[in-house]
Amino acid sequence: MKQKYLPLTATILIFVLSYALCAAQYPNILSTRVIGNLLTDNAFLGIAAVGMTFVILSGGIDLSVGSVIAFTGVFLAVVLEHTSMHPIMAFALVLGITTLFGALMGMIIHYLEMPAFIVTLAGMFLARGMAFVLSIDSIPIKHPFYATLKGFYYKLPGGGRITLIGGLMLLVFAAGILIAHRTRFGTNVYALGGGTATAKLMGVPVASTTVKIYALSGLLAGLSGIVFSLYTSAGYSLAAVGVELDAITAVVIGGTLLTGGSGFVAGTLVGIFIQGLIQTYITFDGSLSSWWTKILIGALLFAFILLQKGIIHLSRDARQRA
Amino acid sequence: MTSIFRTYLARLLPQLIALSAIIIAISMTFPGFLNLEIQNGRLYGSLIDILNRGAPVVLLAIGMTVVIATKGIDLSVGAVMAICGAVAASFITSGHSLFETILITLAVGILCGVWNGILVAVLDIQPIIATLVLMVAGRGIAQLVTEGAILTFNDPGLIFIGSGSFAGLPMPVVVWLVFGVLVALLVRQSALGMLIEAIGVNRQASTLSGVLTPVLLIAAYMLSGLCAAIGGIIAAADIRGADANNAGLWLELDAILAVVVGGTSLLGGRFSIAASVLGAIIIQAINTGILLSGFPPEFNLIIKAAIIVFILVLQSPRFRTSFAFLAFPRRAAKTTEQEAK
Repeated sequence: MKQKYLPLTATILIFVLSYALCAAQYPNILSTRVIGNLLTDNAFLGIAAVGMTFVILSGGIDLSVGSVIAFTGVFLAVVLEHTSMHPIMAFALVLGITTLFGALMGMIIHYLEMPAFIVTLAGMFLARGMAFVLSIDSIPIKHPFYATLKGFYYKLPGGGRITLIGGLMLLVFAAGILIAHRTRFGTNVYALGGGTATAKLMGVPVASTTVKIYALSGLLAGLSGIVFSLYTSAGYSLAAVGVELDAITAVVIGGTLLTGGSGFVAGTLVGIFIQGLIQTYITFDGSLSSWWTKILIGALLFAFILLQKGIIHLSRDARQRA
Repeated sequence: MTSIFRTYLARLLPQLIALSAIIIAISMTFPGFLNLEIQNGRLYGSLIDILNRGAPVVLLAIGMTVVIATKGIDLSVGAVMAICGAVAASFITSGHSLFETILITLAVGILCGVWNGILVAVLDIQPIIATLVLMVAGRGIAQLVTEGAILTFNDPGLIFIGSGSFAGLPMPVVVWLVFGVLVALLVRQSALGMLIEAIGVNRQASTLSGVLTPVLLIAAYMLSGLCAAIGGIIAAADIRGADANNAGLWLELDAILAVVVGGTSLLGGRFSIAASVLGAIIIQAINTGILLSGFPPEFNLIIKAAIIVFILVLQSPRFRTSFAFLAFPRRAAKTTEQEAK
């Protein structure tokens, strides 16, 4: 087996094993209802994590995701309350804004040669601040179109439902996998993650790729915000705090190398499922306290970083011997 | 002596100008801002309040400066603050003496630093990710210690650290002043500071030239953990309880911002602890100023973001080379000379 599939295989193995363990204790965890809820509850996180996967594959980081989600929610709530704009128009408008916002951060990162960490940190403050300026209250969204959208679902045998937003997350993942492996842009992202200097020498358009990566992350954060507002039926400027960390964690647990250049979008999906599974298990158990989620996820994160280090070490040894 | 003083002043000048500009701007919109008065042998006033409220971020910024100088970053300090606050509260309520409690809390902070340091120095993991582990798990650990509740305490000694006063100044201010001076003396009166800068500029080269890089790196993260522990004690003592969910929340970002405002590059190398402390005070002054001047607090984050972007643009290497002709002619000549070489 190729070495690059090792982290992904480990992630899938851990997921299957832990799912089997959970199912052995609580057979109901296998029901389609639980699986449907797993998709619905993690939809916004999953969509944001796809964007984060691209950013991390290119060797960058995007801390603004959570704030952009909150901004999107508040923007939609305010627009739908105060104007007669149709939600679809509002969706298009807000996606445009967040995409531009991401592109702007990408430009600052590339043209001013500043670390992505601090630029997106400023973006995080700015987006959260804009949400605050729009409204500091939690505004309910009562538009009938929202109720219609929530009514769409695909009924699975056994009573489970794949809701619109759960299905949308799967679609975004499918699109992400296609973009990463079947387009020139995707290859450029991997090249950029392998090293900016080498990528430039190979003829990768570094500037446009960087801008596109952050624009994509902004677009998906906006989409995730729309999903989040559908999920909660409200816009609140203090919502979705720390989602960027959950997304980064899912990407790392999914086997993507944080130094960039190696990993899979599909791995992130499994990473999301593992996080969701831990939460579901704790809900099923009932006696475990919620803070075990954080500790377990931290421990998993550590285990995966160690695994990746080990793999890099082994491959280096193999190369030296050859 | 005067020349040393002059170089220090030149280094701190941008921060000092920024701070005085902010203070002047606030005092124009809010006339009573500069008033200081003494009540019960303690200074009171908005300026003292800024120094007092800023204490946790100042402390974190001291440790963060040294870590960033090694080309690292410590995202876990907020979570470590929560852990240490929780440990302090649980030890003092279970009947340990104040001395034991503080000793153990500081030890826990240092231990967290050792963990981060080993991940970075020995296992060679990128600092952002290495410290992310403790950032994610840390709050869970803090909740484990407090068992999910907010642990309150009434020990007068511990409360004194948060709200007492010494020599006319609030205790938190005294703590960070003394600690900051101690750390600054430690790194600048010995070769430590220079060695840390060497690691930040080129870790491999400094290892090859005989610097004990792993030891120094672990020590840097230990210092950061120690700072977070002191900050955690102050934050807990201030509210007389340990709140595992909110203590130190997002303060790591404020601390990193303080270091950046202080002019230390995130790419490692030259650092100044005094400038970072000033940076933390600038951030606190902006926060207090926005509240006092009647601006809606909603604008707080936007103004903060605008200031970061402005400072970052000034610091960015591309901006410096493109606008070098605006700089003093002497300096411009020097840069072209360097480029020619």
